[in-house]
Amino acid sequence: MSVDHKGQIGDVLLEMRGIVIDGYSDDRWHEIIKGVDVVLKRGEIMGVIGESGAGKSTLGLAAMGFAQPGCKINGGSIIFDGIDLMKASEDEKCKLRGSRIAYVAQSASASFNPAHRLIDQTIESAVRHGIMPENEAKADARKLYRDLQLPDPDSIGERYPHQVSGGQLQRVMTAMAMSPRPDLIIFDEPTTALDVTTQVEVLAAMREIVENYNTAAIYITHDLAVVAQMADVIKVLRYGETVEDADTRKMLTNPEKEYTQSLWSVRSIVKEEEVSQDIVLKVDRVDASYTGSVKVLDDVTIEVPRGHTVAVVGESGSGKSTAARAITGLLPPSKGQILFNGEPLPPALKDRSIEQLQKIQMIYQMADTAMNPRHTVRDIIGRPLEFYLGLRGKERDQRLLELLNMIELDDSFIDRLPAELSGGQKQRICIARALAANPDLIICDEVTSALDQIVQKGILQLLLRLQEEFGLTYIFITHDIATVKAISDQIVVMLEGRVVEQGMKSEILAPPYPDYTKLLLSSVPEMDPDWLTGLLKERAKEQPPV
Amino acid sequence: MHPVVRTVLQRLGLGLVTLIVISIIIFSSIEFLPGDFGEAVLGQAALPETVQAFRTELGLDLPMHERYFNWLGGVLTGDLGNSFSGRGSSGGMDRSRAVADLIAPRLANTLFLASMAAIIAVPLSLFLGITAALYRNSIYDRVVNAMTLTTISFPEFFVAYLLILFLSSFTKIFPSLANISSDATFWERVYLSALPALTLTLVIVAHMMRMTRAAIINLMASPYIEMARLKGASKAQVILEHALPNAWAPIVNVIAFNLAYLVVGVVVVEVVFVYPGVGQLMIDAVTTRDVPVVQGCAMIFAATYILLNLFADIISIVTNPRLLHPR
Repeated sequence: MSVDHKGQIGDVLLEMRGIVIDGYSDDRWHEIIKGVDVVLKRGEIMGVIGESGAGKSTLGLAAMGFAQPGCKINGGSIIFDGIDLMKASEDEKCKLRGSRIAYVAQSASASFNPAHRLIDQTIESAVRHGIMPENEAKADARKLYRDLQLPDPDSIGERYPHQVSGGQLQRVMTAMAMSPRPDLIIFDEPTTALDVTTQVEVLAAMREIVENYNTAAIYITHDLAVVAQMADVIKVLRYGETVEDADTRKMLTNPEKEYTQSLWSVRSIVKEEEVSQDIVLKVDRVDASYTGSVKVLDDVTIEVPRGHTVAVVGESGSGKSTAARAITGLLPPSKGQILFNGEPLPPALKDRSIEQLQKIQMIYQMADTAMNPRHTVRDIIGRPLEFYLGLRGKERDQRLLELLNMIELDDSFIDRLPAELSGGQKQRICIARALAANPDLIICDEVTSALDQIVQKGILQLLLRLQEEFGLTYIFITHDIATVKAISDQIVVMLEGRVVEQGMKSEILAPPYPDYTKLLLSSVPEMDPDWLTGLLKERAKEQPPV
Repeated sequence: MHPVVRTVLQRLGLGLVTLIVISIIIFSSIEFLPGDFGEAVLGQAALPETVQAFRTELGLDLPMHERYFNWLGGVLTGDLGNSFSGRGSSGGMDRSRAVADLIAPRLANTLFLASMAAIIAVPLSLFLGITAALYRNSIYDRVVNAMTLTTISFPEFFVAYLLILFLSSFTKIFPSLANISSDATFWERVYLSALPALTLTLVIVAHMMRMTRAAIINLMASPYIEMARLKGASKAQVILEHALPNAWAPIVNVIAFNLAYLVVGVVVVEVVFVYPGVGQLMIDAVTTRDVPVVQGCAMIFAATYILLNLFADIISIVTNPRLLHPR
């Protein structure tokens, strides 16, 4: 194509009208997208926000004229820079994809081909579409790596995907999308899988590069605070329909629809912290390691007061989950001990008595994988009732119904399989399974991380209510500060296997902060479109560039 | 140490242990068969004294473990021993041949046939597998699947007889006997071995082709495949450049398994075409209780499996950057 396609800023680049997309599930076709309009100008960034299942990704892919297997675009028109994608042949669409429209996927580690070097994947589309010769594209890729502040920009491309971190991969993927200098990039939840501290860096890098090259973008996310940093305009999507379209600032300050407000609902839970001296569990100077040489936990001491919630926060790899494994006995500590009600617990799971096992229960992040897909709810919750309490037959079923009632599900759920439950319902069943053992302490490992804001709110409120009613103690492992604010009494901040800071919520979340806590807290996006800009300025002031 | 080198050394060491275990199993299982070489050769009419003398001469009167260790000692010094057959009874002329001399020409024949079948079958099944994955669920895919399934479902001798019927009896394109002599030229060998090679191809293509197809299709749902499509790659590019490089490990494992079968499992085909391969030699040796020959063949068969599996493991490592370039 010799025609210069970089038109004037302000021209309409992408116009989608009345898009209808059907998806195939449960043996029939459902409408996933029900007549949505998207109008995007050159150089403009549109945020698309909604819960999972709202059809955000499907809509984003449709902008490339692409439907995932099991989906089909059934109606409407997609005009990209004068080209009608609904009428274009597969060949014509292949020519647009990766040259004029690029895609950045949610999970960078899954979206890179493990068999090829990063740089080869970065320049693949630019070379394939004849935009640049290979050596020029490689030089350009290294420049993009530098722009995106990747370490070692000249040689990082020679590595394979498994040799770099998730945050770096996400930036390489942005470089991959930028390489052919597209007019439009679809970002599909590009930072959702990252730690907050990494997310800030990636967001800043993405925003800068998109601005520098004046690329239009559709930014898909479920996190309104993130999208506020990126987007000029925001579209809220629910059940495949547009709820609200507005300018970013207007959307944040003055959303018209109640649903839009509910998207930051976790932030609305408030819990008064309480001080308590009655310690139910004490992790006493514990070291632990998987390999024998590298300590994953290093001299960790955590005190958990009865009937209260201790939140353990930190990035991935900080040892949060390992601490849970040490407490439950899955990973016997190499040093130190764990005191439960003042008595030392045997380090290994197999040496603990049934009563000791019963009193500490666990709920996992992935409710999906934590349940046997072939067991019904009756089997799943019934098992601890039989094993720990020896309940049988009618007695057991009676208790089962009580538990279902406690987690706010009705009797009809009792014979369902996990596949017949929604994400939030699955997590409720996992909570009921933990409750069935009548535990003193429940360890919640990232239990809300995989859920949408509204569902998260429901689960957190349920946990708080159960705590009030039954005096449960929680250890709540999370990387999400909003969740921490919502549920905890005390906070433990972990970094690289050590406890950096520990104390009451009000102390930890108020200055003065140790360096790491400050970094962690300041990295949590806020509902302010100027937050990222302000934060970067502030950080630049503190650490002048070398 | 580099993981490839480490794996090779480990496997070779394990392979040696395996060989010894196999030699013990073969040795003792022949021991459990009724009769021995003396009885088998001299027949039922032989006098007990004659049989006894013959046994003494061959060393068959020694206890089993002693004979085994004598044999093992020979093997470790590179001597596979002499075949029992060809020995005259006491005092007669010794016309016995070394096991190595007996096996070598047969092994060359077997390897020739195996290579010929492999050269046809491996590229063919890869091609069919890749194209079937590319045109998944099309008529082409179904026809390829159905045909390869059909050929694998017939017993190999039946496939062999069908080929003889059509390509030899009706049309006289290829000879039905493959009794190649030691002085045949290369192209004569190719011509004579055509039908057995074709039979073997038909028998093994299905397995390899289906694995290639399945390994590729299994990857087609990966996010990085969708990513490749969103980068504008055509279907063929997606499969060849993005799916295939990640699919080698399972494919090569199945190929290695089938190549091993070509060397060790083709006795039925050899019999049908009167092909002078190792398989027939071993069966003959078992019927006469010619232990040194049986042991020699068994060692070759076992070594084939071990080496081919090692080869498959090396390919799996080399094609997987996670193993080749640890973090």
